[in-house]
Amino acid sequence: MKPPAFRYHAPRTLEEAVRLANELPNPRLLAGGQSLLPMLNFRLLAPDHVIDLNRVAGLAGIQETATGIVFGAMTRQRDIEFSPIVKRRLPLLSEAIQWVGHRQTRNRGTIGGSLCHLDPSAEQPTVAIAMDATVSIAGPGATRELPMREFALDLMTSALADGEILASVRIAPWANSHGWAFLEFARRHGDYAIVSVAVLLELDGEQRASRVSITLGGVASTPVRVPQAEAVLLGSRIEAGDIEAAAACCAAVEALGDPQVPAWYRQRLARTLTARALPIALARARGDKQ
Amino acid sequence: MSSMPTPDSTAAATPPDDEAMMQISLKVNGREITCRVAERKHLADFLRQDLQLTGTHLGCEHGVCGACTIWVDGVTARSCLMLAVQADGCELRTVESLATEGPDGHGLSPLQQAFWDRHGLQCGYCTPGILMSLTELLRDDPAPTEEAVRITLSGHLCRCTGYQNIVAAALDAAARIRSAV
Repeated sequence: MKPPAFRYHAPRTLEEAVRLANELPNPRLLAGGQSLLPMLNFRLLAPDHVIDLNRVAGLAGIQETATGIVFGAMTRQRDIEFSPIVKRRLPLLSEAIQWVGHRQTRNRGTIGGSLCHLDPSAEQPTVAIAMDATVSIAGPGATRELPMREFALDLMTSALADGEILASVRIAPWANSHGWAFLEFARRHGDYAIVSVAVLLELDGEQRASRVSITLGGVASTPVRVPQAEAVLLGSRIEAGDIEAAAACCAAVEALGDPQVPAWYRQRLARTLTARALPIALARARGDKQ
Repeated sequence: MSSMPTPDSTAAATPPDDEAMMQISLKVNGREITCRVAERKHLADFLRQDLQLTGTHLGCEHGVCGACTIWVDGVTARSCLMLAVQADGCELRTVESLATEGPDGHGLSPLQQAFWDRHGLQCGYCTPGILMSLTELLRDDPAPTEEAVRITLSGHLCRCTGYQNIVAAALDAAARIRSAV
């Protein structure tokens, strides 16, 4: 038996879960468990109470609304992978989710768990940053909304206060004609990416880029947009030189380094993956217009 | 559960007095089970120590190696990444259930037979998890491509075979199942 001793709670409503999270000392929320359980097994965490969100009613599901696609925090990655709504309206997420762990972990893992865990290499926070997602947070007495960029504070650190629970995330789709690409490099399919890149593009009637989003995962302490690279492309017809220039901007982002993956290696990967992703997104944006 | 034989009983049998316990009811390989389990015990340890279902193997206990893969409510999951108490009300399937899929209700399943014939295992440590994942793949996709098999296997570490024979066994099993229908 590896996990340290804790008391287990399985609330049935979000109100009850919030109440427990506020009343119990040193609690930890359990979503899909695909990151929390390893941390417990390793005893990297020693909560006094584990509050399991898996039995909370109404916390999972995918809904198409006027302001975007809303995912309950406990929506499993498997359900995102096979959702026709996601495939049609959020193809970037649909593509990225294939890179999340393995079938065996996507069957349990949740979008909300990944957004709160905030591993800098994780795919779902990268997509959420790329698409300016909005998170909805339940606290004692009130719910508040935050843009994902303000939610992702730092390395594995979200803006959730003690006693708050992520309830849902809303992602507004881009125009139907947009192009997208999600690429990553890892040593084994399903491992955390060393670097990932998410690209979204919209073209105007003259094939000029009218909206651009370029986001790097695994480079900095959280996924980061690269506004310099976006600025290179905005308003241009995107020739090979523009792609090289945008990729060079991505190589200039300050990168984390560790003994296995030095910063310069992440920066090179950022350049290479961006240079590969942009033509894919561009072809898709052009193809949809024809 | 106390009436069952306990081949590796030391860790399971007597939790300390102050261990937080919870009663759970679940179905494992078609059998209804109600018992008390330590709240912090992960599902793989529960299966192995409390139910003596030692076919499920534990390699890394942090979700990387895939040896402990079982089915939870019809889909695969890492049993080291779930608490046993989370399985309350669930229907589980472990590797022990596969050998009931043979031609006459016992004996090896077509996938297990293909592993045998194709030398799809050597030490066998990773095999139970791989069998559960490939059984899911073959259920969902009766004619998987080699790439689909390899993507499924990406969630499993095997240090003996180099995977070639496992891939061959999976494709062979798919063909056998298709021709038997």
